[in-house]
Amino acid sequence: MNAINQSILTLILLLPLAGAVLVALVPDRGKLPNWIALITALVTFGLTLHLPAQFILGQGGFQFVVNRAWIESPAIFYHVGVDGLSLWLVVLTGLLAPIGVIASWNAIQSRRKIFFSLFLIQQTAMFGVFISLDLMLYYGFWELSLVPMAILIAMYGRKDGPRAALKFFLFTFIPSAPLLVAILWLYAQTGSFDFVTLQILIAHGSFPAGPLCWAALAFLFAFAVKVPVFPLHGWLSDTFSQAPVALAMVVAGKLGLYSMLRFHVGLFPVQARAAAPFLIALAVIGILYGACLALVQRDFWRLLAFAALSHLSLIVLGIYGFTFTGTAGAVYQILSHGVVDGALFVLLGVLYDRYATSQIAVYGGLASKLPQAATLFVITSLAMIGLPMLNNFVGEFLILSSTFTGVSRGWAIAASLGVILGAAYMLWLVQRLFYGPESELTKSRPAVDLDDRELAVLWPLAVLMLVMGLAPSFWLPSIEQGMHTPQWKESVVLAQPVSALPSLSISSPREGQR
Amino acid sequence: MNPVPDILRILPEVILTLTGVAVMLIDASLPPGFPRRYLGMAAAVGTTLALWASVGQLYFPQGTGFFGTVETSAFTIFFHVLICGIVLVALLLSLDTLPEDSHHQGEFYALIVFGAVGMCLLTGAVELLVVFIALEISSISTYILAGYRKNTGSGPEAAIKYFLLGSFATAFLLYGVALIFGATGTTQIYEIAHLAPTAQNHSFVLAGLALMLVGILFKVSAAPFHVWTPDVYEGAPSPVVALLSTAPKAAAFALLLRVVYEMFPSLHSLWSPLLWIVAVLSMTVGNLAALRQQNVKRMLAYSSIAHAGYLLAAFAGLGTSGIAAASFYAAAYAAMNVGIFAVITLVSGYDEKLPLIDDFRGLIYRSPLLGSLLIFFLVSLVGIPFTGGFFGKFYSFSAAVGGGAVWLAIIGLLNSGLAAAYYLRLALAAAQRPEKKNAEAAIPAPQVGIAVGAALLLAVAATLVLGIVPNEVLRAAEAGAHTLQEPPAQVNAPGFSVAQEPKP
Repeated sequence: MNAINQSILTLILLLPLAGAVLVALVPDRGKLPNWIALITALVTFGLTLHLPAQFILGQGGFQFVVNRAWIESPAIFYHVGVDGLSLWLVVLTGLLAPIGVIASWNAIQSRRKIFFSLFLIQQTAMFGVFISLDLMLYYGFWELSLVPMAILIAMYGRKDGPRAALKFFLFTFIPSAPLLVAILWLYAQTGSFDFVTLQILIAHGSFPAGPLCWAALAFLFAFAVKVPVFPLHGWLSDTFSQAPVALAMVVAGKLGLYSMLRFHVGLFPVQARAAAPFLIALAVIGILYGACLALVQRDFWRLLAFAALSHLSLIVLGIYGFTFTGTAGAVYQILSHGVVDGALFVLLGVLYDRYATSQIAVYGGLASKLPQAATLFVITSLAMIGLPMLNNFVGEFLILSSTFTGVSRGWAIAASLGVILGAAYMLWLVQRLFYGPESELTKSRPAVDLDDRELAVLWPLAVLMLVMGLAPSFWLPSIEQGMHTPQWKESVVLAQPVSALPSLSISSPREGQR
Repeated sequence: MNPVPDILRILPEVILTLTGVAVMLIDASLPPGFPRRYLGMAAAVGTTLALWASVGQLYFPQGTGFFGTVETSAFTIFFHVLICGIVLVALLLSLDTLPEDSHHQGEFYALIVFGAVGMCLLTGAVELLVVFIALEISSISTYILAGYRKNTGSGPEAAIKYFLLGSFATAFLLYGVALIFGATGTTQIYEIAHLAPTAQNHSFVLAGLALMLVGILFKVSAAPFHVWTPDVYEGAPSPVVALLSTAPKAAAFALLLRVVYEMFPSLHSLWSPLLWIVAVLSMTVGNLAALRQQNVKRMLAYSSIAHAGYLLAAFAGLGTSGIAAASFYAAAYAAMNVGIFAVITLVSGYDEKLPLIDDFRGLIYRSPLLGSLLIFFLVSLVGIPFTGGFFGKFYSFSAAVGGGAVWLAIIGLLNSGLAAAYYLRLALAAAQRPEKKNAEAAIPAPQVGIAVGAALLLAVAATLVLGIVPNEVLRAAEAGAHTLQEPPAQVNAPGFSVAQEPKP
């Protein structure tokens, strides 16, 4: 068992890559690439399940660690490991991969080999981001994750794919230049790219304060674009509306949020705390702005994009509230959001496949024609809204209640308005798509309800939403393990009492920014 | 005294020369209809032998031969192997893409090999007149190769432009050599290094260095000496550009390293800011101009100017780290650039019917292999991790930061962000669906032959090795840097020393 624990992360990392090479080598005949990709993704998912099974709750710090020298000069190590923060994200990535493959089973008609190869490389890059504990290795996977995504958006995206791909790439590539400079600066100061070492050194204050502040800012900027945080969200709606379904669902949000949590808050707790008031304000603006824009969208992909902006901003609020509950809630919400968003993407992809348009106005009265799709869509929408007993409720509740008690009542109330608006746009979307009189479009096309393949994807997700809503205690203890490390406890959450954060009153909500 | 026979010091050059002469002689004696492809194969075999001979030189002690005019050291071997590798790939590429009926094929292969002789000699020469001769051998071969497509308008234009500007630049270099000789009384590089700080006519040394820099920076196409690059690249046949954009540049960078780090370390405060400015200019001018290009080869020409800038950033580094970074970058840049020009040769064809970025649209649908390779090399040029381009830039900019030039690194990184825009334009055009269904059928998918396949494989493997397991190459580059930093003890070869000549 020990040998497996030693190599499990490497296996998870390399298996999709091996699958990608295999897909590239086999002849492009029939569904062969699809099957290889599916089997690879399923086996990888199986492997990721080994992690929670063998995860030791009582033991703090990173587990399944491998630390080997990779490049001598500069000293880059192949240092991987997971803790409570990343554990379930790895599993979520594993889960969404086969779902992505199945969702693109028929949607990808030509050049299947390239699609599935790149899709699997994308998986490797994402696993790499979640498990890397060497900053340079992390940066490598972070950058690598852009490439397959950009190419696939250009190749298989909708009409405006190439432009969206360019936008996506540049938006995330350019901020990673300062990120690299900051990483190199840390290396120049210490001679180490190692996350754990740097965390300790920074906590002990062995860096000049001014440059360290800039380094933290560079990290934050790169991650904030990737999430995205409010004024930096320009790429999101184009990417969502142009990208193939499978890709949009696997990348949405989690890379940037995880990086914020691990490498901004985790590495620069003092600087992050100083930036927190700004981020809290931006997050609340993002929640409300995203929700308001989602209300007025005519295109359901764009609606989904702004809804995502709103939900991701809520998670940012949880992260920068600097409370124990809020952080746990944020991680939980990343997972929930991944599941719910995945299901929504598949469902809207189904509609787009059938009717070839994303204009909400031309739909109507689908519930009687596609009853199964309607059922699942309603369940997913309710989960998205945050109905109790479904998964989003748990995360939203933890974040909002911790903000209310630990940060500021004003911001918490403002953020809660976003939840109400969320209910409005989601229910209105359901109503316009599925209820009311049948539209010209729905009358003119034959009604094809979900097939077995789509049901096999959606029902497990729906069940998962329910289980995650009913039994969060299955997940929360292991997530909290990530915050039981001495570093996290002392420097991040408890070093300064939460009440010391600038409190914001309802009457002048912008006061805290200054 | 010297345990290594002189001839072994220039063994790779000897092998290449013999190969070139043999190819020309056999070409002349073959009947007109006989396929000349075999000559190309012979040239490739000769180049491979030369490559092995360079590796074999590792077993000699470091030292000079022929009265202290040529050197073998880890540094020269690094660049010998690099140049022979590039020439081999270029030959393999030409084998499959040169039309069967094109004129003077034998000469084409022979000229490539002769060019390689000059470039290899340039990296090994430690005497300024030998440097000049080596530079001329390599330049004249490449001038002719640039105009190989005589029957097009742009071919001769490229050759004439390259020739005129190139000779002008070489004249600058020669004048610089003359001034340095005047000031120090010697043309041997180690002796100049020894004498230059105390030379009476110090202004001659400074002027000489400046003039030499002009000549060398022209060869590496750094701004503001870059104007020839786009026209020459556009007019020359693509396999030649694959060679032209990499091998002579690698050789010229080796010379530049030798001149600034070995010959004039004492003038560091003078050349360092100069190269700083040239680096920033090259990156910025190259990238800004590349953004507006429609022709793929012109775009890559400007991109190569920008890459010269990134490489020059390494010269801001201190001693060993700067030299090692520059050597590594030369290798990484060569691997990806040769690769991308190989792909472009195959896609555009020898007669270049498809030169524009728009012509590359849907390439991945037409030919998945070439499309993927094009994107792969572009990704490396952008500098995404796990490719050679990343570590090249990484080492170059870290050397700059290590040398205190933080702003240079920041400008460089911003430039790479800018550069991503035009590389991606091409990559995304290739990834895009073709506009019309019948357009796909109208253009036949390019065929990838065995020789070209081998060339592409070499380029891909080199790019990946440099990006994933760069340890060995970096160690070789560092070993080279050390030998350049610490010249061999026995500089004065027995019998003859230029320095002992009476001063005029």
